[in-house]
Amino acid sequence: MIEIDAIDGRLLRALARDATQSAGALGRRLGLSQPATWRRIRRLEAAGVIRGRQLRLDGGKLGFGVTVFLGVKLALRGRVSLEDFERAVTAIPEVQTVEHVLGLFDYRLRVVARDIPDFERVLRRRIMTLPGAGEVEANVLLSEERLPGPL
Amino acid sequence: MLDDEDRRLLRYWQAEPSLSQGELAERAGMTTGRATRRIVRMQELGVVQGVGAVIDWAALGYAVEVSLRVTLDKTQGNAFDAFLAEARKVPEVIEIQTFLGRVDVRLSIIARDMAHYQQIYRSRVLGLPHISEIEALMHVARIKTSKGLPL
Repeated sequence: MIEIDAIDGRLLRALARDATQSAGALGRRLGLSQPATWRRIRRLEAAGVIRGRQLRLDGGKLGFGVTVFLGVKLALRGRVSLEDFERAVTAIPEVQTVEHVLGLFDYRLRVVARDIPDFERVLRRRIMTLPGAGEVEANVLLSEERLPGPL
Repeated sequence: MLDDEDRRLLRYWQAEPSLSQGELAERAGMTTGRATRRIVRMQELGVVQGVGAVIDWAALGYAVEVSLRVTLDKTQGNAFDAFLAEARKVPEVIEIQTFLGRVDVRLSIIARDMAHYQQIYRSRVLGLPHISEIEALMHVARIKTSKGLPL
């Protein structure tokens, strides 16, 4: 874990919004020289604080009108291998993210589909047939917003 | 609206968001000018929203991540708006999603450790307006992170 100061915080905030800005442009906004800004970015990357970059697309405009979050409980706990379930669920292209959680469910999946019938197809053919999949709860995403967090 | 060449560009771009437009054009087998024109058009259409840095909160010392699934008291006409407005003010809330389903809203909350989480939960979360029920899912591991849409 690394210590970051207020300027690093502002830098991270700016990069989370737009990672294509040059070190020069970012530095001007933060009152830093271009090399100083570049060094800070390198340090944050080296420490793993910046995990990578992500292209943000409007799924709706690309024909993916439906995003559903699924809570999945494994049936017959202990008898199914978590690795088998994880390997199979990760291979489904419509499943965007898989999180292992503790609580009411064992896994939380983010699934994209073209529309509700398409989602039903994914659910029946791909999700319900996963090794060890038990109870599934679906919630259809209506809106989402990302916040800058404690920076 | 989009053709196969556009989708090809997006496929390469979402797989490697740090690519320059020149590198992207080369992978997709077109000239840089052609790729740039297509990218600009997709930005204007709002299909491409941007490239953002992904922050790893654990590397900044936020070891705990909790999903709070909230059901709101819908007899209150302004329950959604009032809840969302107050939730946005909590610095440790990094994501807010609204749903159609059994759950109304989900908050992603990060904390330094369990004691810190408990403090946020008691002092900030329980005070949010119009909550009728809360369930917590504790994040254990990220099995698959978003590689984008199945274009």
